[in-house]
Amino acid sequence: MILVIFHLALTFAVISLLAVGGGTAVLTEMQAVLLDQFNISPETFLQAYSLGQLAPGPNMTMVVVLGMQIAGGIGALVVGISFFLPSSVLCVWTGRCWNRIGETPWRRAAQDALEPISIGFMCSGVYAVAKSAIGGPISASLALAACLIVISSRVNPVYVVLGLGGLGVALHQVYPALL
Amino acid sequence: MNEIEKNRSVPDSFPNARPRLSEIFFAFLVVGATSFGGGTVAYQKILIVDHKQWLSADEFMVLLGIGQTLPGLNAVNIAVLFGDRVRRTRGAIAAAIGLLLPGCTLVLLAGMFYLKQGDKHFANLLLAGVAAAATGLLSAITYRLGKNQFKNIKSVSVVVASFFLMSILHLALPIVLLIMSPIAIFMYRPAR
Repeated sequence: MILVIFHLALTFAVISLLAVGGGTAVLTEMQAVLLDQFNISPETFLQAYSLGQLAPGPNMTMVVVLGMQIAGGIGALVVGISFFLPSSVLCVWTGRCWNRIGETPWRRAAQDALEPISIGFMCSGVYAVAKSAIGGPISASLALAACLIVISSRVNPVYVVLGLGGLGVALHQVYPALL
Repeated sequence: MNEIEKNRSVPDSFPNARPRLSEIFFAFLVVGATSFGGGTVAYQKILIVDHKQWLSADEFMVLLGIGQTLPGLNAVNIAVLFGDRVRRTRGAIAAAIGLLLPGCTLVLLAGMFYLKQGDKHFANLLLAGVAAAATGLLSAITYRLGKNQFKNIKSVSVVVASFFLMSILHLALPIVLLIMSPIAIFMYRPAR
């Protein structure tokens, strides 16, 4: 058990420091590592991810649910700390150095270079979630509808996600085979 | 001149810039509890810049720039950078815990309820619908953030190469970073 906890802490600490461009960028990696080393199925991962979409605050707070799945309350606590602490410590430390570094051309270059890489990782995140979330015409149209609504309006996304989720349940009652 | 420089580097360069620890904690707690649907950074800007006037808009943009470049969630990075700026380490801890506590608690409660439930049929169905919609939401966010990156060949090639190494060749993220960062930094090297 101690070993599992330690393994869990180490895994999420590494993921924390790899999350360049935010949480979406590490979704693919997280899903793969959790399946490989902690036997968390893509379905369970997706369910935790969906819960995160409905919760307030940063959506990646859902990592504590994964921690709970793997090692109960302690798992949730350990994952919460090891996912949020390392990147935060690095961030505070860098923030303190920032003024000393100043606006150098190479810092600019590093910033410009990381941006398209992190967008590439975000695309991977979309792809990973889509692979498990989209299984038929209903889920595909729900996803398309959500995308279009969010791009073209200023409605709070949580209403879009909940509303379309409910619509999905209703459509499933009518056409059970198509979800 | 020296005096002006000194004043500028002191955190309280803005009128209301020295909130107490408890103020920081409760302000971020409110953001953490009310910012549904992602976009937490926008709520933070409204809180820090518009509502409490703890920072100017420019100062906030600097924090956002640092927070986006470094690993970690942007909202969490902004919280710790802001907390550290006004109340050092304890401020950073207060801001981060305030921001994360409501979401973590709620998602855990929902998770516990969900895992304990015997008949998961309805919840499963709803979560399946939510997951599909969330996929659309995620692609919309990616599109919005990446809009400028999709406009020229140079950045598109970096986006596509990173995606390809990660999702098609299934390389681990650190390896993709090791391959892509030197190439991209070379591509974006400062003009001489």
